[in-house]
Amino acid sequence: MLPMTPAADTLATSPWRSFAWRGLKVLAIGIGIALLFALAQPHKLGVSMAYAVPITFGCWFFIDAGRLLTARWLQRRGPMAHPQWPGWPWMAGVLLVGTVLGYQVGHTVGNLVTGHNAPGLLFEGPVRAVSLVAFSLVPGVLATYFFYTRSRLATIAAQAQEAQRHAAQAQLRLLESQLEPHMLFNTLANLRVLIALDPPRAQAMLDQLIAFLRATLNASRAGQHALSAEFSRIADYLALMNVRMGERLQTQLILPDELASLPVPPLLLQPLVENSIRHGLEPKVEGGRIELEASREGDVLVLRVRDTGSGLSEPSADGTHFGLQQVRERLATLYGERAGLQLEAADDGRGGTLATIRLPIAP
Amino acid sequence: MNAPTALIAEDEALLAAHLQAELARLWPDLRVVANVSHGAAAVEQSLALRPDIVFLDIRMPGMDGLEAAQAIGEDWPEGEAPPLLVFVTAYDQYALQAFEQAAVDYVLKPVQPERLAQTCARLRAALERRSEPQGGATVESALSQLRALLGAPGLVGAAASPAARLNVIQAGVGTAIHMVPVQEVLYFEAADKYVRVITAEREHLIRTSLRELLPQLDPDRFWQVHRGTVVRSDAIASALRDESGKLTLVLRGHGDKLAVSRLYAHRFKPM
Repeated sequence: MLPMTPAADTLATSPWRSFAWRGLKVLAIGIGIALLFALAQPHKLGVSMAYAVPITFGCWFFIDAGRLLTARWLQRRGPMAHPQWPGWPWMAGVLLVGTVLGYQVGHTVGNLVTGHNAPGLLFEGPVRAVSLVAFSLVPGVLATYFFYTRSRLATIAAQAQEAQRHAAQAQLRLLESQLEPHMLFNTLANLRVLIALDPPRAQAMLDQLIAFLRATLNASRAGQHALSAEFSRIADYLALMNVRMGERLQTQLILPDELASLPVPPLLLQPLVENSIRHGLEPKVEGGRIELEASREGDVLVLRVRDTGSGLSEPSADGTHFGLQQVRERLATLYGERAGLQLEAADDGRGGTLATIRLPIAP
Repeated sequence: MNAPTALIAEDEALLAAHLQAELARLWPDLRVVANVSHGAAAVEQSLALRPDIVFLDIRMPGMDGLEAAQAIGEDWPEGEAPPLLVFVTAYDQYALQAFEQAAVDYVLKPVQPERLAQTCARLRAALERRSEPQGGATVESALSQLRALLGAPGLVGAAASPAARLNVIQAGVGTAIHMVPVQEVLYFEAADKYVRVITAEREHLIRTSLRELLPQLDPDRFWQVHRGTVVRSDAIASALRDESGKLTLVLRGHGDKLAVSRLYAHRFKPM
């Protein structure tokens, strides 16, 4: 066939295989067409078979091979949206040339088989030649259109599938990030100790863990909950952390009553609070404070998470990025440009980091 | 043999108290000499009290458990066997692999009494072996254990995958960024949250930790010689050993002398 580099060969395996498969189908169609002609003139079955089959096959061969080769050639010059589709302008040329060539070659084969000497396209009168080509173009155009639509649909279906897989992956990662194993096992370790030492406190801690786990599982699905519920879940999380960190963690949550019922995406604030603890307070021997505050600025709900931890460091490869990126992604999906997350060094002299989320308040 | 002693380094007070209570039940003879809540205190108290065993939580504020282990190993008095180390962790998959490789014992939180009993049995056996008259071998085996642990992939330095190699150090000086080719760097030295980058002409400060920097350097070219020092191997002119056995490096074309910790002294042997 064609000289191919090894890399191109592996890439082309599937197109050429499906090319051969289409060839077989076209052969069957050619036989069908010949049988159709033979219905009108039953005694000429052999002759119509000898012409219709090679002409059908020839037209298909030159058009289809022309399409693949043109697409390959174009692809070598630059990236293309569809690796096997050169686009309609190029395809029009391929169709015309392929039909003329295919007709001519098929006709010659027919002559050879039957021993007739019917004049080829070039020796017909110009009017008849043009109308013959036009007539022969019809099935080619139809087949090409069919092919084009079908591969388009396949591409769209594949894209949809890909998007769905992405969404599922994002959901899983969200769940994983919120059920951070280190936090979970440390909490369980504390719980195990408390059961013997202080049963009522162990029960309270277990209730907080249950509420937090339930919220986490719900958050990985879509939906919204009230800001007061968001604050309660964060309070549960902070209470769990408080058992572990003791005096090293001080918290303050401020939620004005008039904002309590505003809807927010569940556990939106959790990654920010977790970052504050993990990267702000945990590394500090003396610990520090976390302050969570909701306020309203016109039609915008402002949520601030502020810690007095070790402050922003250079972006590192661990979880920091993912937590923030995930909050940003959720905001972008739900509110587009109207919401945002800002992270900065707190500038009130107590050190640490301030994260600010702004959300539109729906009327 | 005197009653064996232990130190517990754990930042969560409840868990520390629980570990101590479980140890008291499983090993009544063991005396816990100190309970500390962060890595720096673990190092300081271990060096001061010289316990036989140190339980180290991996995640602690300030210096973490592994860094503390390294500091204890390096600063422990010459000729004495360093303490037996037991790491305590809730969930650190890379660390667990490293512990398996280095044959260091570890305990998972929540602490299971059966598992802790196993650990105690192992520690008893190890202490038993130590009291036999061949101290030198145990010092060397403890050091090689620690070396294997610190050299484990993915453990030192946050990234589990090999980081891209650095060719140029970008150091901020005022509003300018100085580009320092790594082949011009004589050595790196940890300084709090920064790393000092020393070349023949001058020095720069970069805002990163030695731990994060190390995986980005070619290990054949840049040798760690101390927990706070990484030196370019072909910048070393000679290694001198003083009467007490301490190794010091002399650099080519630079007056600084660098101390080599006992963990890395094995690199400097005649061919």
